[in-house]
Amino acid sequence: MKAWTAFRNSRAPGVVLLALLLVTWQLSATYWFKSPTWPTVTRIFEAWFENIADGTIPGHLIATLWRQMLGYGLAVVIGIMLGLVMGYYRLLYNLFEPLVEVLRPIPGPAYLPILVLFVGIGHEMKVTLIFLASLFPILLNTYSGVRSIDRVQFDTARTLGLSTLQTFRELVIPAASPQILTGMRISLAISLILAILGEMIVSNDGLGYFVLLSQRTFKVPDMYAGIFTLALLGYVLNRLFLIIESRLIRWHTESSGRT
Amino acid sequence: MTDTLQIDGLEKRFTSHGRAAFRDISFSVGQGEFIALIGPSGCGKSTLLHIMAGLSEPTAGTVSLNSEPIAGPRSEMMFVFQQYTKSIFPWKTVLDNVRLGVKYHSGASSHEMEKHCLEQLNLVGLGRYPNYYPYQLSGGMQQRVAIARALARRPKILLMDEPFSALDAMMRVELQDLLLKLWSDLGLTIVFVTHDLDEALYIAQRVILLSASPGTIAQNIAVPLPYPRRQIQTRSEPEYLRLREHLFRNMVAQVMAGRADVP
Repeated sequence: MKAWTAFRNSRAPGVVLLALLLVTWQLSATYWFKSPTWPTVTRIFEAWFENIADGTIPGHLIATLWRQMLGYGLAVVIGIMLGLVMGYYRLLYNLFEPLVEVLRPIPGPAYLPILVLFVGIGHEMKVTLIFLASLFPILLNTYSGVRSIDRVQFDTARTLGLSTLQTFRELVIPAASPQILTGMRISLAISLILAILGEMIVSNDGLGYFVLLSQRTFKVPDMYAGIFTLALLGYVLNRLFLIIESRLIRWHTESSGRT
Repeated sequence: MTDTLQIDGLEKRFTSHGRAAFRDISFSVGQGEFIALIGPSGCGKSTLLHIMAGLSEPTAGTVSLNSEPIAGPRSEMMFVFQQYTKSIFPWKTVLDNVRLGVKYHSGASSHEMEKHCLEQLNLVGLGRYPNYYPYQLSGGMQQRVAIARALARRPKILLMDEPFSALDAMMRVELQDLLLKLWSDLGLTIVFVTHDLDEALYIAQRVILLSASPGTIAQNIAVPLPYPRRQIQTRSEPEYLRLREHLFRNMVAQVMAGRADVP
């Protein structure tokens, strides 16, 4: 009974389900559903290790990460800076907010045709695409975070004689940081999606390119190995982000009772 | 007693509905005085205090500090807010919160500054908690941090906006006595807004009662009870009870009048 409660409250059920699914996959591919499109799990891992050993997957991974981080990094810097001043200065908010509301609903991939016309089909196009799609969640969360800062906190800063710059440093940025980080986390996932999309449409490197190329050349295990790498990449990035986030805003998570 | 704060013909109208929160408010605060401002809710007592602090603008009248009109927050006059959970920044430790008021204004070395801030924490009984975060402290302790932060700037005047009204009865008693001690030890001038008649009478030398909206001064009476005051004795003295009844009658009359005014 006690062991059952411990099991129920742990991460074990999810891990067991994952293992069961992999075993089912393996059995189904070995005995019931033999097809080149459905390789066994072991075959996929073989392909994965081969592609890692000969440097194919690491090379594509670095290409993907590089353009993702470039576009995402730009979105973080510009989104936060613009969001901070938009949230703080009412005029800038009233000036830019309608524009943001018009541009925001455009799905990231829809920028692609325009970008091809203006930026071409190279590296810059993919980085710009990632940047545009990642910008809005960060921008929006930043200015709404700043705007929801309580009047009492601004009055406190004024009675303590803080200048505008000091108010940003001591109050605005830390107070808005939980929401800024939420926007950054949403955009992190978006940036990976757009990186892969860009690579699938037109590219000669990156994991998106590798997955699509493997499929087109009937290297099905390689294709699955590429997708597995993407799953791993997404997972690791999100984990890393959560670790950094919990360090940065421990006061917030602990005071709001979230763990 | 020399006057330090002079409030002259103060009026505040809200632009949204054009009604006055209060009008014709004039009084002066002597140096070292402890004044309580009370009144029914909506009489604008909190707005009045914000204007005195330079955090808000009046629509008419002036506030002057040592005959100099107030145009913005002044370092010799510190404000203590009711909402300590907000005015104390939750991302800073207790010590960093206290330091925030002095780090950009004092020429002292960081070591001296820290020593100064720790002294203020000792004054409010938080000497053992400099590295705690606000969420690890009780409400009463958080408001003590706010008081220590105000004191760190060495103000002459404290403006306090219902500082203890969010605390439970035990904490309130404790902080009232702490405040009285700080007032007499440090020679502060205090203007204290409250909606609690008993609190006003217990701590202040003078109680100003505002009438219902639009607020005007209905009563401005001295409280001739000796200091140090004692929670039980002071509150059972005949003079205390007489003043309490007198003020309570007036307050009820204000509330009734306020109701009759509503169309």
